[in-house]
Amino acid sequence: MPSHNGNGATAPSGFSGARRSIGSPQFSIRRMEVDALSVSYATREAVKSVSLPIRQGEVLAMIGPSGCGKTTLLRSLNRLTELTRTARVSGRILLDDVDIGLIEPTLLRRRVTMVFQQPNPFPMSVFDNIAYVLREQGSRRQRRKTLEPKVHSALDRAGLFEEVKDNLDHPALRLSGGQQQRLCIARALAAEPEVLLLDEPCSALDPQSTQVIEDLIVNLRDDVAVVIVTHNLQQAYRIADHVAFMYLGDLVEYGAATTLFGSPREKRTQEYVSGAFG
Amino acid sequence: MEEAHLPEEYGPRWSDQRAERLLGALVCAVVVLLLALIVTVFWRAWPSFAHNGLAWFGAGGNVDDQINRIYLSGLGGEGFVYTFHAWQLLWSTFLITGGAVLLAFFSSLFVAVFLVEFAPEPMSNVLAPVVRFLASVPSVIYGLLGVLLVVPFIGNHLVTEPQRASVAGVISLSGYSLLAAVLILALMIAPLMTSIFSDGIRSVRPGWLEGSLALGVNRWRTTWKIAVRTARPAIVAGTVLATARAIGEAVMLAMVSGSVAFAPNPADGLIFIFEPSRPLAPTIVKNIDLLGSEPANNTLFAIAAVLLFSATMFSLAGWFARRSMRKYGATA
Amino acid sequence: MGAPVATPPMPPPSGGFPRKPSKGLPQSASTWHLSDRIGLTICWALGLLFCAIAVAIVAYLFVQGIKYLRPEMLFTPATAGFSQGQTGGFSDAFFGTLIVATMGIAIALPVGVGVAVWLVEYGRPAALARVTESTIEAIAGIPSIVLALFGTVIFSSAALGFLSRTSEGVVFGRSFFGASAMLSLVALPLVVASTREGLSAIPQHVREASYAVGKTKIATTRRILLPAARPQVATGAMLGLGRIIGDTAIIVVLLGATQNFAPVEGAAFPFNYLRGAGTTLTNFVYEASPTGNLNQPEKAYAAAFVLLLMVLALNAAVDVVHRRARKVGTWSS
Repeated sequence: MPSHNGNGATAPSGFSGARRSIGSPQFSIRRMEVDALSVSYATREAVKSVSLPIRQGEVLAMIGPSGCGKTTLLRSLNRLTELTRTARVSGRILLDDVDIGLIEPTLLRRRVTMVFQQPNPFPMSVFDNIAYVLREQGSRRQRRKTLEPKVHSALDRAGLFEEVKDNLDHPALRLSGGQQQRLCIARALAAEPEVLLLDEPCSALDPQSTQVIEDLIVNLRDDVAVVIVTHNLQQAYRIADHVAFMYLGDLVEYGAATTLFGSPREKRTQEYVSGAFG
Repeated sequence: MEEAHLPEEYGPRWSDQRAERLLGALVCAVVVLLLALIVTVFWRAWPSFAHNGLAWFGAGGNVDDQINRIYLSGLGGEGFVYTFHAWQLLWSTFLITGGAVLLAFFSSLFVAVFLVEFAPEPMSNVLAPVVRFLASVPSVIYGLLGVLLVVPFIGNHLVTEPQRASVAGVISLSGYSLLAAVLILALMIAPLMTSIFSDGIRSVRPGWLEGSLALGVNRWRTTWKIAVRTARPAIVAGTVLATARAIGEAVMLAMVSGSVAFAPNPADGLIFIFEPSRPLAPTIVKNIDLLGSEPANNTLFAIAAVLLFSATMFSLAGWFARRSMRKYGATA
Repeated sequence: MGAPVATPPMPPPSGGFPRKPSKGLPQSASTWHLSDRIGLTICWALGLLFCAIAVAIVAYLFVQGIKYLRPEMLFTPATAGFSQGQTGGFSDAFFGTLIVATMGIAIALPVGVGVAVWLVEYGRPAALARVTESTIEAIAGIPSIVLALFGTVIFSSAALGFLSRTSEGVVFGRSFFGASAMLSLVALPLVVASTREGLSAIPQHVREASYAVGKTKIATTRRILLPAARPQVATGAMLGLGRIIGDTAIIVVLLGATQNFAPVEGAAFPFNYLRGAGTTLTNFVYEASPTGNLNQPEKAYAAAFVLLLMVLALNAAVDVVHRRARKVGTWSS
């Protein structure tokens, strides 16, 4: 069933059967602005002068073949690139019109949180995983009673609460892969961020879990700006409002998902999207 | 496996069977040696335990007097005297080992965290060799510095006259003390703990640390709440191994803790840390000339048996802890 | 509708996260609380304290050692005298250290390497392998004073009387042989652990390549694996040496409380010395300190200085071996 969008164009042949899970966004607020960002590791340029906006109210997907710089770009949004000593960053990234270079990294990372490719729940109970984020932000030891509602609400937003509500004190490592990843998402949401970054969150999961997480991501876009890096083109088509295609460090094309997949401007985009290279 | 006829230049033709049998015999010999050691020590110790029963571990009388009586009875013609109540030695061992392990534990934990996470590179390039150096200094040198520097300092500058007078009849506060022993013993075992702790902290899954940082938790909290918490088995192992080492330390303590058997009394207040005492291991060293007398020989072996049992138990416990961690992928 | 970018921003529906005020300046509203800062200060303080103590130990011993050490002390035996200046040197102690170190490692090295080879290359039956591992760990944990006492039993037996002095039918039991034998046990676990590490690091395909050309396991081990593990074996030997020369308890018990060599009369050289009693630097320091019999602190410092230099030299050697091994590179597994 071909999808309909404003242009009236239909999806390209690769996506003719695919359905978009995501409707048009209700609203959009510009949260972050990437302005001529370049990142290089020692001698290698990973990201070359990229500019794009990140908005609350919509999902931004970054696609491209391996090594194109999409993960590096994602990691520079919360200054995780600084953990690598050889990284050099130039250009600006603004969060709510403030250069993130001026914000203390730890504070920045509470407003821009990240979920990683490999689920990494801490070796604690489910409750403590979420409570960890809440506890380590305040100086006073908070009682469990105070934390409970926030933990429950974070789990609820991640769609995990029903499944674990009776086992909140069980070790998180005993959850299944999909549940662990949703726990990581709940953890990231517990910090009440403005932007949520996801680095190939489903690549280590089975299709059922992937489906669940994709629905979850779509539902989150009103609350947080979502940026997801994925190498799965179908996934990007299903859940993204905007797509950025990167190749060898350059931002080749940025546009609405339906446009980019339907009638991309650049030839390279067309080739990638139709599977000519990967 | 058949021995092929190889030309001379391939060297001596040892078959694998022969080699395996020989090496196996060597290994068995080592195991038998250890068993012989254990059996010998306990067999020699038995008369002392048998004659005293559980009172061996109890209090009563002064250990030095008892040893003297035991020794003399071995030389004379009348029956052997075995009466021995080791409580003063046990209490001294407990206090000194406990104090040193406690002090070294906190210091080593902070130093290990510092070394792995927070020390800038020039600092860690200095601190790591320093820790290795401190671990390799012979105990007799620690003892020498203790007896020539620490003990006089405590005796002359820390102990006050009124304090000395208050216990004058019972014991003399000359600087040979609990404090000196605990401080130097802590210094001796801290490097061992530091290296085991830092190995454990270093081997935490980096994904957890990155994940914690990416949630906006600062590096200090991340290190302590995730890395140190996960490295708990290594921390246990390090503590236990250091305790084994502390229990077995004889020479340095012989030089520094005092030459009298005495049970320091916490009820004495602050003076308590200045009181001399002598734990189990140095007692053997100090009385080593008495081995010729049969009952004294048995008594010293009994003390050795207690040392052997406790130190070996702690060592094996620490080793098991390290091995079980290796099973889960962490190294220690 | 076209690209959503053109839509004017609308207020988010209720339930969305509120906009957080931007924290402008870098140091304000810092995320390190007071307890965190105190903790980091403690880290620095302790780190610096350890360094300071190490420097103080080395510096103090150097200063005192240079003050009191005269080269001839290494070559003059100790004699009785009234003041410290008249009591000669400690050559017997110095050579005593060299002797026990040589003999101790001469026993520990082959035995340790043999045990390690068996554990890594053979290891059957598995139960024996586990028992062996536990044994080595247990030996590592035995206090040296207990090893010393055990030594007195062994070497006082009539069967081993040839290793020490016998007078009036009573075997004395104290000799270089006895002390070195027990000291080798102190070094053994270090040699075993280090050699095992070295052998285990060699990937399996190296062994298989050797077996594939018809070499026996033992030949492979001798000619390929052990030479490849040379740095680790050397490290283990040097660590063991360090422990041996630093040990005092075994010396005090098993070498006799003398200041000089006490060779056995009537035996051939060198066995007359090796069967006799003697002393080492550690024992000398112990005796010369106020708690010992001599109370000659100046000579104690001098001997301690020499001992420290030997330990530092061994440490430096271990470092050099490590650095050179790293430069050579590792196996591609």
